Amino acid sequence: MFATIKRLYHQFGSPRYFYDMTGKMLPWLIAGAVLLIIPGIVWGLAFAPPDYLQGNSYRIMYIHVPAASLAMGAYVMMAVAGVVVLVWRMKMAEMVARSIAPIGASFAFLCLITGAIWGKPTWGTWWVWDARLTSMLILLFLYIGVMALNMAIENAQSAARATAVLSIVGAVNIPIIKYSVEWWNTLHQPASISMTSSSMATEMLIPLLLCIFGFYFLFAVLLIMATRCEILQREQRSNWVRQLVENN
Amino acid sequence: MGTELNPAAVNPAVVKPPSMAQGFNAMLRRDLVVAFRQRSDLVNPLFFFIMVIALFPLGIGPEPSTLQKIAPGVIWIAALLSTLLSVDSLFRQDFDDGSLELALLSPQPLFVLVLGKIIAHWLVTALPLILVSPVLGVMLYMDADTIQATLCSLLLGTPVLSMISAIGAALTVGLRKGGVLVAIIALPLYVPVLIFGTGAVEAASMSMAFGGQLAILGAFLILALAFAPFAIAAGLRISLNG
Amino acid sequence: MSELLLHVKGLSCERDDRMLIRDLAFDLHGGEILQIEGPNGSGKTTLIRILCGLSDDYEGELHWRGQPRHRNDDRFRQEHLYFGHLTGIKTSLSPRENLRWILQLKGVGERGPALDTAIETALEKVGLASYEDVPVYALSAGQKRRVALARLQVEPALLWVLDEPFTAIDRKGVAELEALIQQHASRGGSVLLTTHHALDIPGLRKLQLGLGGGQWALN
Repeated sequence: MFATIKRLYHQFGSPRYFYDMTGKMLPWLIAGAVLLIIPGIVWGLAFAPPDYLQGNSYRIMYIHVPAASLAMGAYVMMAVAGVVVLVWRMKMAEMVARSIAPIGASFAFLCLITGAIWGKPTWGTWWVWDARLTSMLILLFLYIGVMALNMAIENAQSAARATAVLSIVGAVNIPIIKYSVEWWNTLHQPASISMTSSSMATEMLIPLLLCIFGFYFLFAVLLIMATRCEILQREQRSNWVRQLVENN
Repeated sequence: MGTELNPAAVNPAVVKPPSMAQGFNAMLRRDLVVAFRQRSDLVNPLFFFIMVIALFPLGIGPEPSTLQKIAPGVIWIAALLSTLLSVDSLFRQDFDDGSLELALLSPQPLFVLVLGKIIAHWLVTALPLILVSPVLGVMLYMDADTIQATLCSLLLGTPVLSMISAIGAALTVGLRKGGVLVAIIALPLYVPVLIFGTGAVEAASMSMAFGGQLAILGAFLILALAFAPFAIAAGLRISLNG
Repeated sequence: MSELLLHVKGLSCERDDRMLIRDLAFDLHGGEILQIEGPNGSGKTTLIRILCGLSDDYEGELHWRGQPRHRNDDRFRQEHLYFGHLTGIKTSLSPRENLRWILQLKGVGERGPALDTAIETALEKVGLASYEDVPVYALSAGQKRRVALARLQVEPALLWVLDEPFTAIDRKGVAELEALIQQHASRGGSVLLTTHHALDIPGLRKLQLGLGGGQWALN
């Protein structure tokens, strides 16, 4: 078991192996994303029953909730990649971490936009300083900080290490920020309608789960594609990349 | 004449292994002396703090009830901005004159030196601002309890702000254009301190207990003291490596 | 032969996808002086920064006194002295305060008067006898450099790593520094330095770095 993990780690640590292997995995991941998201969305938008309180407007949840979960998950992943960068000095982890930030930021942004659209029929305004939306806004700011730092440092390796430190600090702070914002929210806005009802009918829940899993596949596809671009750019002087370019 | 201080001491075995307290004291004292020799660094954040707060009534109107309501937020945001302004110089000078390299290569653990530097920086830039905050509180029509809460929350909260911004400063010290970048990196991380800092002051202004908020700020301070110096040291190593 | 201090083998360094140093190997014993030479861009400063521990972007072996350096890092920090392009001298402090700070960081155990006399003697030797308490910003460029060079008089270290130490000092200062380097070597210490000066030191070894990383020569 441990030996297998170690072998996989070393194999995926080589940019060339990563590039070849993910090239083979990509079609399957794309298929997985399509097969999960399309039924999930169609089911959720067309067939799931309307909510007794919110009517049909809750259906944006099928995009909002997966986006929220990914935005958070991607940050944690970026921090884990950061640990690998700092502790094991793995070049591949540098490229993965660099690729995650814009994707995670996009999901955070998507979550905020869908939240605003959802907020209009529910609260009557585009923006409410709801605890979840506010936390997501700050998460987006954290992503922006990471991306700004990454862009500002020219040397790719220093940039990767500096952003690794920042994303780890950020990840440690996320629970503290979330807790603080919730506390602040109960202080200033007691009793607002929670957007997701705590108990959900099975007919609503299954498409939601399909969408969440589908979004994870979508995230994997995006991340792998971005990382492959990064590999080609970073390794452009190496022989195998040159051969790859010549053969195509 | 010192026993083994000349080049005769080619063999450094005679030198005692350094104590952490010695490195900490050396850094703290040197930075305090440097700060007192360059007094503009000492007073500028203070004037900034006072001016920002004085501008709020001019922008919003002198109505006591409005000012009372926004006072906690105004004082805290002004403190936060002035920390941010002064932090860019925290490592910049040492980076430019090379003493940061010496600190990094010295036998002292870097996080101890960093802690000394940040405490010196806090004493010089944040403490004066805390000391004048009661005067500004009076100008914003705060009552005695609220002023007391402001003082306590600033005392506990501003060191955390200094630590957080020092992480940003350490990561960007190798870059020529550090200023705005440090703000973008550090501002989102300020959120919990801002929330509980203003929370304490607000509770006091409504004559409620604010011990809980102060306790949480204290917890943040302990966390920051325990972990931030390591992140800052790592950041400095990375910045000097590149 | 005296003790083997620094042992370098198979040292390579890549920066921004460019091989700067390839497969470098040399040994430095106590009493030896090694001058690193090479045209601009040949990686002299990079090598110096790797050797003194500021940069860890290298592959290969780097041993200090018989052990991999990352394993006896504390000892190496205690036993070497780095003198770089930036001298680490604060202009708002006096020479005395600057040296005291550097020595305290190094963990020099002396306190108060003993430390002060040692610093005064060192400053006197570099020709700054009456300038101990003048702020460094009031000194000339050459004098500022001498304040930093006073470290060599007073800071205990086995290995000196000097990056362009002869910049901005006058002819007399160069001769004094040469003598000091030789004195350090004769006492069993060793010196690594980069300079464009033609040094007048008997027994000097040279490491010639070339552009492109591949070529280097030791003589």
